[in-house]
Amino acid sequence: MHRIRTIACIALCLMALLPASAAEHDTHGESAPGELDMNSYIFGHIGDSYEWHITSINGKHISIPLLCIVFDDGLKVFSSRNIEENGYTLNENGKLVNASTGERPVDISITKNVLSLIMSSVLLVVLVLLSARWYKLHDPLKEAPRGLPGLMEMLITMVTDDIIKEGVGKEWERYAPYLLTAFFFIFLNNLLGIVPFFPGGANLTGNIAVTLFLAVCTFLAVNLFGNKHYYKDIFWPDVPTWLKAPIPLMPLIETVGLFTKPFSLMVRLFANILAGHIMILGVVAVIFLTAKLGPMLNGSLSFIAVIFGIFMDVLELLVAFIQAYVFTMLSSVFIGLSRQEPEEETRQIETTK
Amino acid sequence: MSLITPDFGLFFWMTLIFAIVFFILAKFGFPIITGMVKKRSERIEQSLRDAEEAQKALKELAAEHKRMIEEARKEQSRILNEAASTGDQIVAEAKQQAREQTAAMIEKAREEIRIEQDTARRQISNEIATLSVEVAEKLLRGHLDSDERQSELIDRLIEEARASHKSVN
Repeated sequence: MHRIRTIACIALCLMALLPASAAEHDTHGESAPGELDMNSYIFGHIGDSYEWHITSINGKHISIPLLCIVFDDGLKVFSSRNIEENGYTLNENGKLVNASTGERPVDISITKNVLSLIMSSVLLVVLVLLSARWYKLHDPLKEAPRGLPGLMEMLITMVTDDIIKEGVGKEWERYAPYLLTAFFFIFLNNLLGIVPFFPGGANLTGNIAVTLFLAVCTFLAVNLFGNKHYYKDIFWPDVPTWLKAPIPLMPLIETVGLFTKPFSLMVRLFANILAGHIMILGVVAVIFLTAKLGPMLNGSLSFIAVIFGIFMDVLELLVAFIQAYVFTMLSSVFIGLSRQEPEEETRQIETTK
Repeated sequence: MSLITPDFGLFFWMTLIFAIVFFILAKFGFPIITGMVKKRSERIEQSLRDAEEAQKALKELAAEHKRMIEEARKEQSRILNEAASTGDQIVAEAKQQAREQTAAMIEKAREEIRIEQDTARRQISNEIATLSVEVAEKLLRGHLDSDERQSELIDRLIEEARASHKSVN
């Protein structure tokens, strides 16, 4: 234990030096060939792109070309290898723009993230349907599932019992499919994001568009089925009258609260996964950044970086689960709050009875 | 920063794909699994309850069994006691009867003895009377050998009878 702590301390001290040395290199202008360009290295991994870059061998990029789909005076579909031929180019953010006007077309290309989304969704559907099929082929009253159905059953039971039933309360069955889908979607994509090579490695749940969509779903689930009491609490809460009329101070705050809750969900998932990816990439980058500091220093630092990388990867496994758990839990708590019966009313009813 | 601006394309695909995934899973995936899990847990609960009930019944049965054995043992000892007491009673009764019979026999014997005694006494007194009459006859025969004496006696007897008659009157 003590030794681990010492190693971690040394690693942290050394890592504190790293940005300084990296910055030094940057002042010399464009990095020389063979040197690591941190910016494109990190943003290339965590960002979206029109091709799926697998690896580079001797400066030759090996990547899977993906489909570009653009609405710009009609539908245009082309491979990402032929962007220039079709009159488009990539802007400084790596987005497709019209080469002549420089404007963004309506762009629904199958990017790296979209392909990853499709694959993980197919995987998710297959996993769940395979588990569901087990129950049709066996008598679940006589035997408990093993293997994949067993694992899925364990997770589903855990999510329903610990999260959904606790958070939503009454009528939890209505929300269980959405919350379970959200949990498994986030969990699976988090896990696939940690896998460093082809089928995984996309930073899907660390992408704001994905977390935005999930947050919107939760927002709708919370507010579309909220009860009378919930809306009364927002627009006419139990506070002194001068707080809500003539200037609707509290209703204003409550209305803002409506949006901050899903917003926090969106940012939490996005930031956690993004930060995790950047941390792992940073730790791995240590190996390449220290390459010219000499074999001795490079070797020892690489060793530390590998140890630290393993630690970060295991931590990310934990985070993958925790973030899925937290998103589902907060969603169900928000749903539960929007359906809570007022306590005073029930008490009154009880006393009148 | 492109990182924090949501990309329309990805959002579009996300909406589409998530909706499809949600539809499939909500229709054919999760409800089946959760339903079966619920059914099974209910079944397990039911089985547990049944087992508990069965155990309780078994316990009751065992108690009943014990109670019956206890009762049988009590009955047995009771019967034994009864038999013993009945025996005692019979013996006592027999003794009593024997005693009574003996007493009756003794009484009867005594009675007979008394009767015999009475008879004997009466016979003896008869004999004595006869004897004394005979003796008196013999005596009288001796005294009344002359006429004078006979008349004297007759007079005296008449006198006596008169006196006694007077005294009676």
